[in-house]
Amino acid sequence: MSSQTIIKMMIGFYICLFFGYLFGPLVVMSITAFNTPSYPAAYPFEGFTLGWFVKLWNHRAMMEGLVNSIIIGIGVICVSVPVGLAASIVMNQIYHRARSLYYLVTVSPVLTPGVIIGISTVIFWRDFSEMTGTRPILYKGIVLAIFGQSSFIAAYCLLIIMARLQRFDRAQEEAALDLGASYPQVFWHILLPFLRPALISASVIAFLSSFENYNTTTFAILADKTLVTVLAGEVRQGTTPALSALAVIIIGISLAGAIAYEVMKRHEERQSAKNAMQAKIAEQADLAHAVVAPA
Amino acid sequence: MSRLLVYLIPFLVIAIFMAMARYERRFAHDPTHRGFFERNGTVLGIVFIALVAFWTLFLVVLPYLYMVQESFHPKLVAADRGGPKDLLTLEQYRSFFIQPSDGSVNGTHIWAFGFSLVVSAAVTSLNFAICYPLAYYMAQAGSVQKVRLLMLGLIVPYWVNEILRAFSLRLMLASKGLINQILMGLGITDGPVDFLGNNVGLYVGLSYAYLLVMVFPLYNAVESLDKNQIEAARDLGAPWWRIHKDVVMPYAKPGIASGCTMVFMLSAGSLAAPQFLGGPKTLWFTSIVYDFFFQAFNWPRGAAYAFLLLAACIALVMLMLRLFKVSLGETIK
Amino acid sequence: MSADVELDRITVRFGQFTAVSEASLKIAGGEFFSFLGPSGCGKTTILRTVSGFLDPSEGAVRIAGKDMTGIGANKRPTALIFQNLALFPLMTVAENITYGLRVRGMNKTDRRRRAEDLLNLIALPRQGDKLVSELSGGQKQRVAIARALAVEPQVLLLDEPLSALDLKLRQHMRNELRAIQQRVGITFIYITHDQGEALTMSDLIAVMNQGIIEQVADGRTVYDAPGTAFVASFVGENNPFPGRIIKADKAGAVVETAFGPLRGRNPQNLKAGAPAILFVRPESLKLGKGEKDTTITSSVLNVAFEGNASHVFLKGAGKKDITLTVGRLESAKLPEQGITAAVSYDADLGLVLPEGKLARE
Repeated sequence: MSSQTIIKMMIGFYICLFFGYLFGPLVVMSITAFNTPSYPAAYPFEGFTLGWFVKLWNHRAMMEGLVNSIIIGIGVICVSVPVGLAASIVMNQIYHRARSLYYLVTVSPVLTPGVIIGISTVIFWRDFSEMTGTRPILYKGIVLAIFGQSSFIAAYCLLIIMARLQRFDRAQEEAALDLGASYPQVFWHILLPFLRPALISASVIAFLSSFENYNTTTFAILADKTLVTVLAGEVRQGTTPALSALAVIIIGISLAGAIAYEVMKRHEERQSAKNAMQAKIAEQADLAHAVVAPA
Repeated sequence: MSRLLVYLIPFLVIAIFMAMARYERRFAHDPTHRGFFERNGTVLGIVFIALVAFWTLFLVVLPYLYMVQESFHPKLVAADRGGPKDLLTLEQYRSFFIQPSDGSVNGTHIWAFGFSLVVSAAVTSLNFAICYPLAYYMAQAGSVQKVRLLMLGLIVPYWVNEILRAFSLRLMLASKGLINQILMGLGITDGPVDFLGNNVGLYVGLSYAYLLVMVFPLYNAVESLDKNQIEAARDLGAPWWRIHKDVVMPYAKPGIASGCTMVFMLSAGSLAAPQFLGGPKTLWFTSIVYDFFFQAFNWPRGAAYAFLLLAACIALVMLMLRLFKVSLGETIK
Repeated sequence: MSADVELDRITVRFGQFTAVSEASLKIAGGEFFSFLGPSGCGKTTILRTVSGFLDPSEGAVRIAGKDMTGIGANKRPTALIFQNLALFPLMTVAENITYGLRVRGMNKTDRRRRAEDLLNLIALPRQGDKLVSELSGGQKQRVAIARALAVEPQVLLLDEPLSALDLKLRQHMRNELRAIQQRVGITFIYITHDQGEALTMSDLIAVMNQGIIEQVADGRTVYDAPGTAFVASFVGENNPFPGRIIKADKAGAVVETAFGPLRGRNPQNLKAGAPAILFVRPESLKLGKGEKDTTITSSVLNVAFEGNASHVFLKGAGKKDITLTVGRLESAKLPEQGITAAVSYDADLGLVLPEGKLARE
């Protein structure tokens, strides 16, 4: 056997190991969701059941948490995507020297432990709402969770949108201006459509990060609950295959999402390949025309 | 009083910002420059500024400052706050070192603090070792399609939330879990191994939780490396480990720094893994902070501890960046 | 409608760097005017100043007699065709073309009709629903022109629009551009570093170097009677012979060069003793001895046969060789490499200009 094949096999083995580590526990957990014993076990497989899904469905606290999680997720999108967009535009226009300080302030929440964000959010809004007399409106679990999560999710959005914005061709903006557009028109007609893919991915990332956040939310949610805090309570109390059932559902949705994404991507690629083909044909026709008839 | 004074700080920062912008403007006159409001229109400009101001002030800066400010206050009932008993004090920080009850050294908390930081550092190195080969393979050897598939394979497990991931590991590692079943079934051990009690669960859980955070920065950094450089090094007869040590790693240093910083910060601040995969005797620092809030209801002390953790993490990260000569700016990008 | 454009002592500074200094000129309405110069000479800066993307540090731009200071790019009667065209990739061809009308509030049906008119003008009928990414380079070019013309500008500004095209197509587009200009009759201001483009299309050319306008004249004058050493060496091939004027009279001037005294026209009436450069174009040189003060003798370094013409390279005084272009008919008597040959020129084909910077080769 040549050293090449040995290396290839080693790489293959390593990748299998890596993904085994990544997926193994999830697969085992999924099996336990369909197994009858009340202690979640993959082996021995005593009997197939869907009972744990039913139990999950009847779990009131979890369903309440789910609704709150969705509300919070939407709230986080509404706060952090516009903020991220505004921040990336401001960052793009800000002077060089001020930019690094601004960057540090805005990106620091990404590096701050979530626990600390949660604590600081609660303390600030407790005092602020008291001072301004807005306690009944603002000092609520759902509101604080949205604020706390947005503080770092907005930074994710900033980074995602910024990456796209940096590829924006300033000439596009100038072309629109030159044709008589006002600056706001440039924003709505040219810049926003250009940023659309980034805004969509920022929204998706924002929702997912919000939905699965634990560290910040567990503090910020106060007396309310989200799906994740309910789950945490359940796991702390003991283990039931109903949790595995929930995981199966989430994994299923994730896989469906991944497949949909892949299909969309492929479709887009085919479309752009088709356009490029068209352009190439036109190019050839042009050249032929230019040679035959140098008008 | 101190609660109101806090508002001065952001305004000071804004003033510094403006001064810097003015200075720069005078220093480098740029005829292309348009004023912010001219470039965005008045209405949009105001909306942008308002959004950014709301975020940086109300969601980031002021909460931090309030937390710090809270940590210098005594624990009081709501009625006493702002009253004569509400004095600035270092009591909360002192209590980290010396037990306020009996004046003895607070060994438990100091130990938990050190333990959290050391374990986080160890988990960071472990994840680097696990992820580097994969990131390198994806960036340099894999075909486009294969890389996209691997990417999806990496991301999908992270759509399952942290708690359930911890739960799945617990199913593996618990005394009745699959691994113990296998070990006993093969006759390697007689009784179950207490993976959760001896902290193996914690280590695995932390590493498992932040694999992705390490892979992506590494991948991004290695990906932009010109393949010819590696070829050239190989042609010169460099052994594979030297190629990595002398060519790839120096090039990918910002990515390595970024991945390591993220994993370290996240794991030092993690709550789920120690809560669900730690044993009964495991003392993780964030768990202690959590308990101050939810069991002792001592917010000032919790805030002081949280601030200590943040300060220590930042100091450590800065130290590492200095040692490896990477600037913070490079890391975040 | 076309408008005249006036640059009144325009200076543009970026920090310490002066991109354009004290540029003044007048462009008449309906003219095809080119700025020609090497990259970094400040020609794009001038264009951006006219279109309103840059504010001059000093001086003013006037369009149709109106001072444009403080008027933004979106309020000026100009339209710019960008070097990379800057078509909007997310819009269709028709949406691109009528974008300027959309922001002016024209309704959809009128826009649709106008788009069809313009598509006919650029010979892309019924292609309005295509995406920009489906077009060839030349088609994109024409869409960019149509988009700019749609807003009926009084001045059309073109920033090296042909540089991205294939060579053959570029020559084809030159003719097309010139034809379009004559059809619409508005002022064209054209930026290029390609002298072929400037010479074939323009009514007037401004040659620029290092932020300074060296000469403004029509193509023939720029070529035959360059005003400065830079213009003489930048536009077309030229052989410079630097030296000092030893004699100046009505007939011309004699410059003492490394190859002895050489005679040429002296349009700027330079006085004896002044440092000067005598220029002789390669095609003005011929093989064989002439008058004493129009003959250059040097060793033949190389002879290159190019079909319709041949080039003979003689050893020059400096690093640069002396080039001599010989037409097809005379190519029978080409000298051999290595021998010492004498070449000469007609005295009025030599040109004496004041000393100055030459264009970099």
